[in-house]
Amino acid sequence: MSSSSKTLDPAGSAGPASVLPGSAQAPGAPEKSGKAGNPGEHSKHGKPSKTGKRSGGARNARTAAQRRGSLWSRIRRDKVMLALILPGFAYFVVFHYVPLAGNIIAFLDYKPYLGFVDSVWVGLDNFSAMFKDAAFWVALRNTLVITGLQLVLFFPVPIMLALLLNSIMSKRIRKFVQSVVYLPHFIGWVIIVAVFSEILGATGVVPHVLQSLGLPRFDAMTTPEFFPFLVTIQSVWKDAGWGTIIFLAALMNVDQELYEAAAVDGAGPWHRMWNITMPGIMPVVILLLILNLGSILSVGFEQIVLQRDNVGPGAGEVLDTYVYFHGIQDGQWGPAAAVGLVKGIVGLFLVLGANKLAHFFGQEGVYSSGKSK
Amino acid sequence: MSTPVANPSNALRAPRPTLRQRWEAGNERPVWMEKPKPAMQLGKAILIVAICFMALYPLFAVLATSLSSQTEIANNNGLVLFPKEPTLAAYQTIFAGGVVTNALVRSLLITLIGTALSLVVTVAMAYGLSRRNLVGGRFFLMTALFTMLFSPGIIPSFLMVKELGLLNSYAALVLPTLMSAFNLVVVRSFFMNLPQELFEAAKIDGAGDFRILVQMVLPLSKGVLAVVGLFYAVSYWNAFFNAMLYLNDDKWPLSMILRQYVLLGQPMGDAGAVAEIAVPSQAIQMAVVVVSLLPIVIVFPFLQRYFTKGVLTGAIKG
Repeated sequence: MSSSSKTLDPAGSAGPASVLPGSAQAPGAPEKSGKAGNPGEHSKHGKPSKTGKRSGGARNARTAAQRRGSLWSRIRRDKVMLALILPGFAYFVVFHYVPLAGNIIAFLDYKPYLGFVDSVWVGLDNFSAMFKDAAFWVALRNTLVITGLQLVLFFPVPIMLALLLNSIMSKRIRKFVQSVVYLPHFIGWVIIVAVFSEILGATGVVPHVLQSLGLPRFDAMTTPEFFPFLVTIQSVWKDAGWGTIIFLAALMNVDQELYEAAAVDGAGPWHRMWNITMPGIMPVVILLLILNLGSILSVGFEQIVLQRDNVGPGAGEVLDTYVYFHGIQDGQWGPAAAVGLVKGIVGLFLVLGANKLAHFFGQEGVYSSGKSK
Repeated sequence: MSTPVANPSNALRAPRPTLRQRWEAGNERPVWMEKPKPAMQLGKAILIVAICFMALYPLFAVLATSLSSQTEIANNNGLVLFPKEPTLAAYQTIFAGGVVTNALVRSLLITLIGTALSLVVTVAMAYGLSRRNLVGGRFFLMTALFTMLFSPGIIPSFLMVKELGLLNSYAALVLPTLMSAFNLVVVRSFFMNLPQELFEAAKIDGAGDFRILVQMVLPLSKGVLAVVGLFYAVSYWNAFFNAMLYLNDDKWPLSMILRQYVLLGQPMGDAGAVAEIAVPSQAIQMAVVVVSLLPIVIVFPFLQRYFTKGVLTGAIKG
């Protein structure tokens, strides 16, 4: 592509591309159509279809597509950008979309030596086997117990922590505390499980303290009944600090004049917190709560796959680990993939439903962030 | 930054400092805010200290154990609060054999190369998608965004890697997690918020899209690249599941060695100083944990300033 048509589109369309429909413009308005035909370089323009409609009615209804030039000329204009997009696009296709089609394995009696083509088609057999498998129901129950517990015990912690951070007046202390509570987010699960076995394990600090208080010492890492609590405690340690970021952002957006007015009217700190701060951040809280509900079938896979054998599958198996252990470890490819597929589909609808619900409450869903730009 | 309340008309007009401004200005208590009661102050201070203690003590305990001798650990029934005679014996042991050293080098290389590749692909795609009215732009963006909504599942992903012939290759640790749609969106919205007039001017001067990216956009984007690079680096450094799934134990990164020694308490299969110890001692286990933690703890403070500047809060709000 010649650099002239790239630098100034009107010049380009008047030159070699003048046969294209986009340049068949009314002679009275060369300047305006030149602008509209080149919105990429005029960021103030909104969606191309809008500009097309707005001025198109006045000047003999040229379509937005014509205005922008033919597809081919647009591709030539954007060729560098498209080339830059290509590797990333290829990545998403190869490692996200093609494997998605690989879920067909859920309908096969898959044998690795036969491959996709020669394995026997068994229809919905894998799914009916799934519902008959007691281990599946155990995994489902464990998943729901753990996510439920996290919702009750984990979810409020970042909110309270954010309120506390927000109330620290000294900048240096606040920054320090923020750094400290953000740090565990960057530590991997292998390390965290190792660290926790040092603290909560048979020889750790907590059992020693329990013993010195005259309480029975127990190994929190290997007690099945304690497993959901263990997982939740670990999640709080790792991510509660990181979770404050979004609430701190919400706190910053609360109107400061409200506080001042309330203080002038004699409202104390607690009053202000309950009647100004909490209502102020409530939309974000509700949004996150809804989105959390959308992912109730997903618990930290890495976290649990590392610790499942400490407590046994009865307490430690969740849906994701079920798929891994039954499918890849035991070679029951089809049935395990069926569980994975059902989980994926139900999870997708839950997330979409949660987003819808969030919109219903007047909040911008998380996944609209890209579109709104 | 004062809040003028003496003159009511002035108070109405003057823009109040936002919370963010107040934060950035530092130690500034608004005039209307009363000084908290001492008891309240004390309670808050205790709470803050307790939170910091809970966040940091586990890491300190690991360090203390790794610096203790085995006899000291045994005498204290497994718990060493502070080593009386600190010794580096555990570190000497783990670095004497090749297992941990090799795994450390492998992990560092995987992290460096993986992060570099991820950043290149993410920046390229984000830059392409930052162009408004790009042909097919919406389609490409949606293709990326939808991957946040679903995961193809463990089994199909595994089979994909297998079909590509990547089993037992280091590429299996990098390619399947090459890019995250979240990071893509973060970088893209940063690029879109840059002053576009600059780039238009450069175009009129004859600079191509690629040259604008390299010479203008990237120098303006160091902060966001540092944060996104940190995200990628941390995830490569911490990743173990792909290694567990795809690699034989002679290619394991440090995270898998850690799992083997510490979580499973098993020696490694191949010869080496550590493997001769049937079950690795507690000090040795914790020394491996410290070695795994060290890069994160070293890098973290340098990047801290970028996300306290609000890069992340801006990104999350989209």
